[in-house]
Amino acid sequence: MAVYTDVLCPFCGCICDDIVVEVGEDGKITKVKGACAIGRSKIMGHDRMESPAIREDGELRDCSYDEAIKRAAEILADARRPLLYGWSSTVCETDRAGVELAVEIGAIIDNTASVCHGPSILAIQDVGLPSCTLGQIRNRADIVIYWGSNPVFAHPNHMKRYSYLSKGRFTPGGKKDRKMVVVDVRETKSAKLADLFVKVRPGGDFLVFSALRAILRGHEDVVPDEVAGVEKKDLLSLAEMIKNANFIITFFGMGVTHSGARHNNIANAIEFTRAAHLHTKATIMPMRGHYNVNGFNQVCTWLLGYPFSIDLSQGYPWYNPGETGAVDVLVHGECDAALIISSDPASHFPADAVRHLARIPVIQIDPYPNPTTEFADVVIPSAICGVEAEGSVYRMDSVPLRVRKIVDSKFMADEEIIRRILEEVRAIKEKEGE
Amino acid sequence: MAELLIKNGVVFDPINGVKGEKMDICIRDGKIVESLHDEHGARVIDASGCVVMPGGVDAHAHIAGGKVNAGRLLRPEDGRRGLEPKRGVCKPCTGYSVPNTWATGYRYAKMGYTFVMEPAMPPLTARHTHEELVDTPIIDKAALPLIDNNWMTLQYVRDENYEMLSAYVAWMIRATRGYGIKIVNPGGTEAWGFAKNCGLDDPVPHWDVTPADIIRALAHANERYEMPHSIHVHGNMLGHPGNYETTLRTFDVVKGISASMQRQTMHTTHIQFFCYGGTSWKDFESKADEIAKYVNENEHITIDLGSIILGDTTTMTADGPMEYTLYRLTGRKWTNHDVELETGAGIVPFLYSSRNPVHSVQWTIGLELALLIKNPWKVVLSTDHPNAGPFIGYPILISMLMSKKRRDEVMKEVHPAVFDRSSLASIDRELDFHEIAIITRASAAKILGLHNHGKGHLGVGADADVAIYGISHEESDAGAVQRAFLNAKYTIKCGEIVVKDGEIVATPEGRTFYVEPECEESLMNEVMKDIERLFKEYYTVSLSNYPVQDVYTPHPYVIKAPMSG
Amino acid sequence: MGGVRVILISGRTLEQGTNLENKLSDEYMNATAVCELSERELEKLGLKGDGTERVRVRTSAGEIVVAAKKGEGYPEGVAFIPMGPWANAVVNGNTKGSGMPFFKGIEAEIEPTDDEIPSIYDLMRRYKE
Ligand code: SF4
Ligand SMILES: [Zn+2]
Repeated sequence: MAVYTDVLCPFCGCICDDIVVEVGEDGKITKVKGACAIGRSKIMGHDRMESPAIREDGELRDCSYDEAIKRAAEILADARRPLLYGWSSTVCETDRAGVELAVEIGAIIDNTASVCHGPSILAIQDVGLPSCTLGQIRNRADIVIYWGSNPVFAHPNHMKRYSYLSKGRFTPGGKKDRKMVVVDVRETKSAKLADLFVKVRPGGDFLVFSALRAILRGHEDVVPDEVAGVEKKDLLSLAEMIKNANFIITFFGMGVTHSGARHNNIANAIEFTRAAHLHTKATIMPMRGHYNVNGFNQVCTWLLGYPFSIDLSQGYPWYNPGETGAVDVLVHGECDAALIISSDPASHFPADAVRHLARIPVIQIDPYPNPTTEFADVVIPSAICGVEAEGSVYRMDSVPLRVRKIVDSKFMADEEIIRRILEEVRAIKEKEGE
Repeated sequence: MAELLIKNGVVFDPINGVKGEKMDICIRDGKIVESLHDEHGARVIDASGCVVMPGGVDAHAHIAGGKVNAGRLLRPEDGRRGLEPKRGVCKPCTGYSVPNTWATGYRYAKMGYTFVMEPAMPPLTARHTHEELVDTPIIDKAALPLIDNNWMTLQYVRDENYEMLSAYVAWMIRATRGYGIKIVNPGGTEAWGFAKNCGLDDPVPHWDVTPADIIRALAHANERYEMPHSIHVHGNMLGHPGNYETTLRTFDVVKGISASMQRQTMHTTHIQFFCYGGTSWKDFESKADEIAKYVNENEHITIDLGSIILGDTTTMTADGPMEYTLYRLTGRKWTNHDVELETGAGIVPFLYSSRNPVHSVQWTIGLELALLIKNPWKVVLSTDHPNAGPFIGYPILISMLMSKKRRDEVMKEVHPAVFDRSSLASIDRELDFHEIAIITRASAAKILGLHNHGKGHLGVGADADVAIYGISHEESDAGAVQRAFLNAKYTIKCGEIVVKDGEIVATPEGRTFYVEPECEESLMNEVMKDIERLFKEYYTVSLSNYPVQDVYTPHPYVIKAPMSG
Repeated sequence: MGGVRVILISGRTLEQGTNLENKLSDEYMNATAVCELSERELEKLGLKGDGTERVRVRTSAGEIVVAAKKGEGYPEGVAFIPMGPWANAVVNGNTKGSGMPFFKGIEAEIEPTDDEIPSIYDLMRRYKE
């Protein structure tokens, strides 16, 4: 038996890096310690896609990696407006190869950020982001606000490792030295743990941020007695708490990015943080979901200048989410082929987008079968990054880490699959050029 | 590898005392050689009528890492200012002040530059810096880790435990694959963790040390090893009116410390931002003369300019409080990213306007410094890219330093405050090609200690990094100078022609240079105990996941730095 | 029996997350093909909310049958479906120029039904038609 310590969890944006994994004589993982339930189930693994396959007469037929890769390259080389989507549950090395592929074929490349924290990025581009790494929270924060995010479910170790329940230099008492505030439309599990729960009417976040901004900037007179279901006196006492704090952090989730004003919501959340900064140290951070959703945004930004939703059809990167986002090009019926990697748009995109995806040739690269497999024309199983393949990943606070390879696998790594498709595409183009 | 002969060029190679002589350069296997094996088989470049220099060396430009990328992300509007489609061997380019990594490599190569120092690597995110450096084509590069606001540093300085400090510094430089010690607003960035700042002689909140203590201790730690470079300092109070006095006192902090190598003991960076007189923006004035006087009278200090390019740019620094001040001043978008136990970062877009009196005076200061400091070996051309302007503005600065006429023309266009709050109008000095070759490659290489490793000169054994500019050594027209330095006729990188007639023709991967200070084992074991505790109690990553792994430096060039005798 | 009008939101749950990479399983279906309703809404619909009854959820984008369950902590007039293919069957794809569909704050009508919940395969088959 082999024991691996300080293993990194490749599931959510927390990327816990103190996990212990035991591997039996047969090379199979037998035990996972220190991970939350979601992380443990990811690392332990389950039903895989067993073989590469190509759809023929409506049925998937098993084939070799070579054949599947070749077919994938043909589809992409043929396409006039291909979409390359996913990229968040894989390592940065894959993403870099993906960007090269997108440049080569003039594709639209996008990651899952466009349906989770895309609006956050748009807001950052409007006003900036006063933020920090998670260790600043651990060591300094005396007020922790979770706004429209439910860490107990989505990021189970977050509070323990990085925020409310952790202990640091200026917060040696852990939760005794902090106050936790949850703002949400419903009383979530996380809300039950909070020192203060503020219940907002659905879609009312924008108004509540505005009211807090007004109070923090000394204009409480303009705030009405009740704002989106929250009483003014509660807002005043929250503002007072903030003014007297040493360090506040607002972690926000999809409760804010998905509702009502979306990117305007986030811009307002950031403006609220700037207002709080007039009184104290104030920071704000998106609760990124997939472990490397941020990594793709980082890679794309340094290689192509923009974080997501990039159209390369003109030879240069064109960035205009709302026009060049994955959902948009699908709903508008624009793209004529798609490569989906480590993602499942069939489950996570709205019906209109899925309908178009079902009509066009789809290549799927993933360790697991999922609803997208149901209409994929080429499926290519891959090794699980962080368990069977190594690589760079970026935590929700942009700390770069390297996930490890713990066990061997018969499956090809994502990066190699993409690089081989790229080679094949180049070969096809060269032939056509002759 | 095939041989290469550069014939008939007028060569400026200051490190080897070559001042504009017509001579041939022979190249084989990526190096400069005495003579060729086979003159007839060699590829020949006719450099008649051209100026030939070693490849440019940039001692200070923010080109890679978390902060730079946050700047790109923050400013899609800047991205659109530099769009170029993929073409030939080139990938697509974006950005003006915050170009993508591909553009960064191409644009430097086109200017004849072959080495760039990324001067601010947060240790915790060093992997990110290296990932971007790897994706920056053609040029060689290195990065300086920030080691001055680290809790371990503060603790050892407070306890006056300089032995342990030197071991910690060695561990940090190795763990991050860094090149030396970077200091940015020592103490102030730590204080910024609670939204405070501090001055050179103020105690750092919670720490009972002063920034001056930190600088002095780190200078000592640096000189315990045969480090190629000195401490690289961005001091306290950057950008504040009246800060020149702090700057002079900062210079004095390391006076008397002896260097372990033949070089300065402190490189003070983007000094333009530290030369301000007055008590507010209203009576703001240039004190470049005072700073130049000190540098002229003392041998332990070198500087780079941080000279301003008028127009819109993106400011970014580990000096979090400074960026906050700038944000409050401009009301523009503001990103801040403090890094646990170590450092911070702030980013604010900024417009240096020729209509603004302060900006106009700031613009004169970088030029004043370059002209008032007598010895060009103490000076490196820089814009603190992108803080004072993007690096592609270097040719503009070169043309102004070489032409009084050009300066006078521009002074008429900017705010008239420049005539009574700066001495620029009264300076007649014009730099020649030899002096330009010093401040754009030779001095930078010497100050960074890279001349011992094949950079910044064309002596036998040096890297065959050569820039050939299509301009006569007698040309004095500023426009012609600017054009020639923006698009080299040829750039040769390690013997390979990468630029021809101003176009990229090859995109080899560059190397990453890093230093390995060699600390005694027993001392290292001792310091590891403290480091282990630090990670357990305060960091949010495990110690074993912290050091940068081999894969992040696929083309390494390692410089060993033994303990100094 | 009449329906109720609600504001529908979708979002993460622990069970949804645990089965995120196991989407063809029954566990995933049990975790995500459900609509959580407040006590008031259940009352109006005449349902117990023990997970055995079913409701039809209708929005401008389409309709879907899912299990009905009592949710905790919801204000009146709010219903919740965990993110996933069942929720997305009623999410509108118009991003209004933002790139982001409206996953939350959707106006919906909910009524009891005896129809079966479509399996994931049924759902995907619908898209192929
Ligand atoms: S909190 Fe996230 S990273 Fe940590 S173990 Fe759970 S799923 Fe993995
Ligand atoms: Zn700098």
